[in-house]
Amino acid sequence: MITAQQFREIAHNGLWKQNTGLGQLLGLCPILAVSTSMVNATSLGLATVLAMALSNLVVASLRNFIPYEIRIPVFILIIAALVTVIDLLFNAYLHSLYLVLGIFIPLIVTNCIVLARVEAYAAKNGAIASTVDGVMMGLGLVWVLALLGGLRELVGSGTLFSGIEMIIPGTSPLQVFGDDYPGFLIAILPPGAFFALGCLIAAYNSIKARLEARARRNPSGGAPTEAEPAAEGAAG
Amino acid sequence: MSARYSAARTSLRTAAIMLGFTVAFTAMMASSYEATRPAIEASLQEAQMRLIDEVLPPGSYDNALLEDVIHLGPTPELGLDEGGRVWRARKAGAPSALVVEAAAGDGYAGRIAVVVAVGADGVVSGVRVTSHRETPGLGDYIDPKKDRNKTAPWIAQFSGVSWDKVEAARWTVKKDGGAFDYRTGATISARAVSRVVGRSVAFAMQHRDTLFSASAGSTLAQGASR
Repeated sequence: MITAQQFREIAHNGLWKQNTGLGQLLGLCPILAVSTSMVNATSLGLATVLAMALSNLVVASLRNFIPYEIRIPVFILIIAALVTVIDLLFNAYLHSLYLVLGIFIPLIVTNCIVLARVEAYAAKNGAIASTVDGVMMGLGLVWVLALLGGLRELVGSGTLFSGIEMIIPGTSPLQVFGDDYPGFLIAILPPGAFFALGCLIAAYNSIKARLEARARRNPSGGAPTEAEPAAEGAAG
Repeated sequence: MSARYSAARTSLRTAAIMLGFTVAFTAMMASSYEATRPAIEASLQEAQMRLIDEVLPPGSYDNALLEDVIHLGPTPELGLDEGGRVWRARKAGAPSALVVEAAAGDGYAGRIAVVVAVGADGVVSGVRVTSHRETPGLGDYIDPKKDRNKTAPWIAQFSGVSWDKVEAARWTVKKDGGAFDYRTGATISARAVSRVVGRSVAFAMQHRDTLFSASAGSTLAQGASR
């Protein structure tokens, strides 16, 4: 079991302090590849949440049976097997969603953030805390991906939520700048991903530095953890 | 007990554990593969049927189209290095249309796979791009799902075009003296698709009788259909 305090700490770590996309800069390849639209980016993010939660849960439950020397091959085996099963289940039972997400699911295996969390957290902590950690780390990736995808889509093609009709039938994308927006191609091409991510990282670092400075100036109560609720508010 | 002996024991033990994990997780993958296979095959068939419904008008055939398929060996003129399929639509037993798989290798970014439905009279009833890697927002209008013009998507201009009316050399974009429109800034994608549609129609017309008379499920090598 985990306490509320632990839960808050894990959530803060995943969503803000050690954010995979902006703080740790892990798993950049899928981030840059799929963030051409908000729906694509969010979809891959949610699939990653599922894969991270499951692999953290399984590894944490089995951690006492895994010898230290062969832990990495066993972790990779577990992650690859779980992602394969998720891929098959999506294909069989959520086929319309699979048509959108299908190409991204195998990509999750190559995302080093999954292995990084398994090795750094799940191998040393209990099953429940590890699952929470997987979900929070994944959600931290989701909001960065959604923001990045939304930014690139808005600047690049002047729309938001394009492709949402494939996930929620009956909805339609937003034409933010009107039908005659000429588009700004570089935002959608790979270099645009680097520019947009660079801007996001700069904003993240500046907000983080300001929050830390404020926490140092008025240490009400003295404990540095007092600054955390404020930081979380900014992340959400 | 010597150190060497215990090292051997440790490595045997870890090897056995590794083997155990491998067997357990392979079994998990194999059983979920077996459990999901019928559902996956059903949704694949459904997706194929949906694609065919997009290129063939409803009511233009009454046979079990997905079973009435023949396989093509490697066919360079259709861009099929590893072979492809042709579905045959029949109405009341008479040949109605051919749905041909083809691919263009001269797109802007790699292979563009298409299906082309050609009536037995040589009139194209529909074309769909099934996979491509053209630039998002620029060349991807060849896929009607990505085309901004929803009322008259670019790909729709092929529907109703007759093989008898447009000579072989004009199955390309207007810029090259062809018969088909393209969008400024992305001619290469449109040219590749127009030309592969032309090649597919030519192939279907040239081999029409062989394609319709071959028994369902058989494989046509290229030499045999000449």
